[in-house]
Amino acid sequence: MNSTPLASPELRRDFRAKSFDFASFLFGGATGLATLLILGILAVILINTLVNGWSGLSWRFVSTIAKKDFFDPDTAAILPMIVGTTLRVFVMTFFVIPVGVITAIYLTEYAHNTSVFTRIIRSAVNNLAGVPSIVFGLFGLGFFINFIGRNLDTLLRYDQPTWGHESILWASMTLAVMTLPVVIVATEESLKAIPTGLREASLALGATKLETILKIVLPQALPGILTGGILAVSRAAGEVAPILFTGAAYFIADLPHKLTDQFMDLGYHVYVLSTQSDNIEKTRPILFATILALLLLTFALNVVAIFVRANMRKKLRSLQ
Amino acid sequence: MTETTVSRLNVTAATAVAAGGDIAPLIDVRELSLFYGPTQALKRISLTIREKLVTAFIGPSGCGKSTFLRCFNRMNDLIDNVRIEGEVKIAGQDINSREVDVIELRKRVGMVFQRSNPFPKSIYENIAYGLRLHGTRDKSTLDGVVEQSLRSAALWGEVKDRLQSSALGLSGGQQQRLCIARAIAIRPEIILMDEPASALDPIATAKIEDLILELKREFTIVIVTHNMQQAARISDHTAFFYLGELIEYDNTHKIFTNPAKKQTEDYVTGRFG
Amino acid sequence: MSIPTPSAKRTIGWMGIQRGHRARPFEWLMEKFIFLVSLSAILMVFLIFIFVAREALPIFFGQMNSAPVQPALPVEEMNKLPKEKLREYLGLSPAKFAAMDEETKKLLMEARLEAQTEIPEALRQNKDAMLNTTQWRYLLQPYQWTDYDKPEYIWQPIGQIHKYNIMPLLIGSLKTTFAGLVFAVPLAIAAAIYVSQLARPRWREIIKPGIELLSAIPSVVVGSFTMLVLATFLQKVFGYQTRLNAFVAGVGLSLAVIPVVFTIAEDALTSVPRSYTQAALALGASKWQAAWQIVLPAGLPGVFAAVVLGFGRAIGETMIVLMVCSASVMSWSLFDSARSITTTIAAEMAEAVAGSHHYRILFMLGALLFAVTFVTNMIGDLVIHRLKRKLEGKR
Repeated sequence: MNSTPLASPELRRDFRAKSFDFASFLFGGATGLATLLILGILAVILINTLVNGWSGLSWRFVSTIAKKDFFDPDTAAILPMIVGTTLRVFVMTFFVIPVGVITAIYLTEYAHNTSVFTRIIRSAVNNLAGVPSIVFGLFGLGFFINFIGRNLDTLLRYDQPTWGHESILWASMTLAVMTLPVVIVATEESLKAIPTGLREASLALGATKLETILKIVLPQALPGILTGGILAVSRAAGEVAPILFTGAAYFIADLPHKLTDQFMDLGYHVYVLSTQSDNIEKTRPILFATILALLLLTFALNVVAIFVRANMRKKLRSLQ
Repeated sequence: MTETTVSRLNVTAATAVAAGGDIAPLIDVRELSLFYGPTQALKRISLTIREKLVTAFIGPSGCGKSTFLRCFNRMNDLIDNVRIEGEVKIAGQDINSREVDVIELRKRVGMVFQRSNPFPKSIYENIAYGLRLHGTRDKSTLDGVVEQSLRSAALWGEVKDRLQSSALGLSGGQQQRLCIARAIAIRPEIILMDEPASALDPIATAKIEDLILELKREFTIVIVTHNMQQAARISDHTAFFYLGELIEYDNTHKIFTNPAKKQTEDYVTGRFG
Repeated sequence: MSIPTPSAKRTIGWMGIQRGHRARPFEWLMEKFIFLVSLSAILMVFLIFIFVAREALPIFFGQMNSAPVQPALPVEEMNKLPKEKLREYLGLSPAKFAAMDEETKKLLMEARLEAQTEIPEALRQNKDAMLNTTQWRYLLQPYQWTDYDKPEYIWQPIGQIHKYNIMPLLIGSLKTTFAGLVFAVPLAIAAAIYVSQLARPRWREIIKPGIELLSAIPSVVVGSFTMLVLATFLQKVFGYQTRLNAFVAGVGLSLAVIPVVFTIAEDALTSVPRSYTQAALALGASKWQAAWQIVLPAGLPGVFAAVVLGFGRAIGETMIVLMVCSASVMSWSLFDSARSITTTIAAEMAEAVAGSHHYRILFMLGALLFAVTFVTNMIGDLVIHRLKRKLEGKR
């Protein structure tokens, strides 16, 4: 780099920089600037939402039900959307955590690591994580609603479609399938991180495999499993594409009563507000307030889970 | 039993008889071979181990001594692709037979590992774990056994005031003694020790060695070690393994002073390649 | 190296269940349960492909007919027709056809005739009305429709004549995706190099989660931000005609792609052994030389995989493109509107009747999308896997 030639045959003893290293500066500057730009955009999104949304976010807005025109800032309210989104996330968690955790247990504790079968499963799970969310929506429609739902209706001889239409249940199940890889991968990671020595110690004491898993392995893996849950929740909370035709409704002037009801969703509502409004300038405050509510809800779900996990870690450390 | 062994097997068994005197053998291994996939890790090993003695397995790293030890409580079952030929009999029962319940086996053959591996639970719960597994629920019984096991492991004095605190807070040597206490709490007949002191400092090692000599009164102990002085100090019998083969098996004193084989002599005198 | 003999005892049972399970029925049951649950979870993965493809199958096999005007036969001819022909004419499955009595068949024939006679004369005169537009040539090749002066690619599923040419959608998807990648890839990779090689550890701990936080922002939020804020800003800067176009969609998409590319590229670069850098630094290279000449080439497959997976993420993204632009025009220009495959599915599925040709074509698009992302994911995973193994082997 340094263009100064050695002045004399004897060793140069001066370690001071001889000239300004322009290439270093350019390279570091360019990559640093790119990083800064990305973080800048993130900051702009968050600040823009906060500034524009804060004024519209009132107690009335989040705690009542809009009976008719939800584009009008005076009557708009988002309680049903908050309830709908929270509900679908919880129902999803209810399905995805047990199934994901059990699958991960099977993969790490029972399946032979080297077998072709296990390898196929692993790559299928990895691949599932990259499938576009809209495809999950199609799957939900094709499998849950048109196949399972309709056949259930025929089997149970309902006159009205009871199961074979969009509902919270099917939307949640669709999301559960979508987030399954997240939970499986996170649980697997945390199971793998547990030293084999602990399993061996337990087995050497005459514990069965199941006892070892339930009493030694799982308690240790709990924080990791929760991390998977958090990731799944935060991914699912804001997803709209998979629920477009599996459960989300444009407008219902009421809260959902049962799992087979359709529901209003915060994310979908953001879409509706920003694309279907006649007068975007008028709707802007409630749009940003809704976005803010969505971000806060996602954030809140995360915080709850992180808090639980931290608590659990502390408990694990101090022990019983 | 002894006579048949002599008549059927080679010199190794004969030396074993010489080593044991007239105490009945507890573990009887015949022609045991073990394969990891296509690789043979143990080659037709035969030996007998006697009750209430300390038997040491020595040999360079990778000679199969730990693998061999793990055949006695079938810990090798946990590894994929392991195949075993030959026979391991404990108290006359072939432990690899279909009728044997591996859980029952492991209750009777305890194990202490190279790296101390206490459960991330309290000291008390570490010891109570095995008891609870096997159906002991009564609090006072549990308390009694925990105390007794800790006393046997020479740990009671150090931990009696903090039984409910985490086992991970103990020092390395204490953790290893806790693991020994955990193993003896379920009253096994045999204790397998896989280099129990290799990760410990000299003082902690000395404590473990004293403990082993104490435990010998009640238990049959099989210990793997790469520390020859340790084998010489604590064991009654010593077996020398090299590249998956049993080279020599005899009284410890004889192995270290007057071994029959050249390889053994090279190893115990430290001249090994 | 001895050969396993038949008498050899296998010490491992199926699923690792040890002998003596008869003594522990509960344990045995639980293990079977675990196996079953995980099997069903895994089946789910395969079911996705099966069910998305299943709904699209009639399109692939050319079993759908979308022509509004179809030959109508008088009811009297019912008995003259061969059974198989009649079944095809009525569009029934063999099982249903067999179960139907003559009277119902007659009613169906009458209904069919009536429906055809009700078609307005104007449409009947339209030669396009006789076409089955779900055939591959109409899906992929341009066609000169009535009142058009040249063959064109047209997606117009609603109306009397259903025009299902998917080329505008493919181009729309590619256009927005590439626009997205053009912005996202340089930024994300530069940031990955900076964070993994140049930044101080303390900054690293702050920047990394920060960029990853971007992926936690729901795509509807990114979409409405792009649509309301970015679009106006970009139009002011570049001064193009259409406010919402493929270019803006690309910028929006890049916000969703950046975290994906960044995370994977950063991971790949970090997994290049520290000793490489240290060796270079010890030889007197500067930090950037070590990063550019040693680390980047070593981690290049990982960076490539990051781009491939970023492509998969971009082509599958729905909400951002749906909100920013949605008119299906056949144009390669970045500054025209575009309608991607995902957008089309999202916007039209609600109106499509289950089982109709429109519905099936949308599913076919979904299957296509699935196949594309599946292949890109496979490639990405494979490349990363190889790289990791190589780097670990060398370590």
